[in-house]
Amino acid sequence: MLELRNISFSAETENGTTKDILKDISLTIDERFVAITGPNGGGKSTLAKVIAGIITPTSGQIILDGEDITGLSITERARRGVSFAFQQPVCFKGITVKDLITLASGRKIGVSEACQYLSEVGLCARDYINREVNASLSGGELKRIEIATVLARGTKLSLFDEPEAGIDLWSFNNLIKVFENMHEKKGGSILIISHQERILNIADKIVVIAGGELSRIGTKEEILPELLGKAGSVACPTLSEKVV
Amino acid sequence: MIDEIQKNLLREVADLDSLPVGAYNIRANGEKAARETTENIDIVTKEDKNGIDIIIKPFTKNESVHIPVIISESGLKEVVYNDFHIGEGANVVIIAGCGIHNCGTQSSEHSGIHSFYVGKNATVRYVEKHYGSGDGTGENIMNPTTEIYMEEGSHMEMETTQIKGINSTVRHTTAKLGAGATLIVKEKIMTHGTQLAETDFVVDLDGDGSSTNVISRSVAKDKSHQIFKSNIRGNASCHGHTECDAIIMDDATVAAIPEITANHIDASLIHEAAIGKIAGEQLIKLMTLGLDEKEAEEQIVSGFLK
Ligand SMILES: Nc1ncnc2c1ncn2[C@@H]1O[C@H](COP(=O)(O)OP(=O)(O)OP(=O)(O)O)[C@@H](O)[C@H]1O
Ligand SMILES: [Mg+2]
Repeated sequence: MLELRNISFSAETENGTTKDILKDISLTIDERFVAITGPNGGGKSTLAKVIAGIITPTSGQIILDGEDITGLSITERARRGVSFAFQQPVCFKGITVKDLITLASGRKIGVSEACQYLSEVGLCARDYINREVNASLSGGELKRIEIATVLARGTKLSLFDEPEAGIDLWSFNNLIKVFENMHEKKGGSILIISHQERILNIADKIVVIAGGELSRIGTKEEILPELLGKAGSVACPTLSEKVV
Repeated sequence: MIDEIQKNLLREVADLDSLPVGAYNIRANGEKAARETTENIDIVTKEDKNGIDIIIKPFTKNESVHIPVIISESGLKEVVYNDFHIGEGANVVIIAGCGIHNCGTQSSEHSGIHSFYVGKNATVRYVEKHYGSGDGTGENIMNPTTEIYMEEGSHMEMETTQIKGINSTVRHTTAKLGAGATLIVKEKIMTHGTQLAETDFVVDLDGDGSSTNVISRSVAKDKSHQIFKSNIRGNASCHGHTECDAIIMDDATVAAIPEITANHIDASLIHEAAIGKIAGEQLIKLMTLGLDEKEAEEQIVSGFLK
C-alpha cells in the first residue's frame, strides 16, 4: 500500500519566482488499478516522479507498506518494489533492448525470456532484441520497450505515465490486457496516468489532479460521467469566444 | 617461449588462447617469438630496420593475419615498421594489437609504424587493440602511426580500441584514397588516472567517388586528458563524415579539433562533435531499475564503448 501524506512541491521558475506545482496532496493507493487523470500541466507526472524518488517534495511524506520512504533514493525505492515507466522514454547510446530488459529484470535472463516481455507489449521480439535503445526507434516502439522494462521488473507498485500515448489502436486493446495480466501474475498496485477513457474504465479508483491539487477522487462510476460531461467546457475562454 | 603473463597479454589484445589459425607473427619483448605463413600470405623480416613485410597475394580470399606484439620487460623501448601489401581483389582480416605488462619502474614504449598498401578492389578489415597492465611505477607508452594508401575501388575498415592501462598514446593516422575507395575508422578510447590520449586523423579523398567515415567514441575519467583531431580533405567528388562523441567524467578534459577542407566543388563533408557528461536522465532511468549510481554509470559507459 502506498500512502501520500500532504505532498507539496514548489520549484524556482526562470524569472526567480516560485511556482507551486503540487499542493498538499494526500492519497492512498491500495487498489489493483488506480488511474490519475486531469488537464495538461496539472502535476500528474510530477507526482509520479515524487513517488519514484526523482523529485524530492518540498513537504509531506510517502509511506510504502508502512515504511516512510520519503528520504530514500531512487535506487532504494526501486529495490523496495517501485517501478516507473516514463512519459518520455530515455534514449541511450550503445545499450540494447536486451541489455535494458536484462537490467530491469535484475538477473541474468536468456534471450527467450527477454523476448517474452517484448512480445507481451506487441513487439516482434526478434526484430528488436539487439536494437540500440536510441532515437532510431519510433516513439511508439520506445514507449512499448519502456513498458516491457516495467513488466520485466514485476514489482508490487508499477507507475505508468501515459502508457497509451503514441500506441496504435490495435495495440491499445492488448495494452489493457497487459495490465490485467500483470496484476494477475504479481498482485500489487498499478498506477496509470492517462487521458484515455478506456483506461479510466478499468480503474478501481480515479484521481483527478488539476492545478497541482487533488480535485476529485472516487470510483469510475462517480468520476467518469462528470469528467466526460465537462469536456468542451474547459477550453480556454478566449478560444471559445473566437469560435463563437 | 611464451609465459603466463605473455599469454594473458595475447588474450587481451588478440583474443587468443592458443596459436591462431592462418598466418601470424608474434613479437615478444622485441624479438620474433613465432611465425607462420600460408600459401597466399608471406611474412618477411625487414633487413634494414625492425619490422616485417606482410605480403598478401592478389585474390586471396577469407584469410587472416595475426600480428600481436607483447612486452613484459620493463623499460623496453622499440620502434617497429610493419608494411602490409594487400594484393588486388584480396579479402582479408588483419588483427594487430599491443599489450604491455610493466611491473618495473622504467617506462616501456612501443611505437608501431604500420603502412597499408591496399590494392585495387581489395577489402581489408584491420582490428587493433591496445592494452596495458602491471603494477609497477613504469609507464606504458604506445605511439602508433598508420599510413594507408588505397587504390581504386578498395575498401578498408579499421577498428582501434584502447580501454585500459596505457599511460600515454599519440596516434597518427593518414590515408589517401583513390577513386571509389572507402575507408571506415571506428575508434574507442577510455582513459583514466592521469593518462593522455591524442589521436590525429588526416584523410585525403583524392579519387572521384571515394568516401570515408571516421567515428570516435571515448570516455575520459579521473584526471585524464584526450585530444581528438581530424582533418578530412575532399580533393575530388567525394563524401566525408567524421564524428567524435566523448563522455567526460570527474576532472577529465577533452578537446575535439575538427577540420574539413573541400578542395573540389563536388566534395561533401560533414563533421559532428559532442562532448558532455553522462545525461542525467540516463542515470535516473537505470536507477529506477534498481541500479545504484555507480552501477548505472558503468552500464552507460560500457554500452557507449561497445
Ligand atoms: N522544474 C520545474 N520548474 C518549473 N515548472 C515546472 C517544473 N517541473 C514541472 N513544472 C510545471 O509544473 C506543471 C506540472 O507538470 P507535469 O509534467 O507534472 O504535468 P502533467 O499533469 O503531467 O501534464 P501532461 O498531461 O501534459 O503530461 C507544469 O505547468 C510544468 O510546466
Ligand atoms: Mg505528464
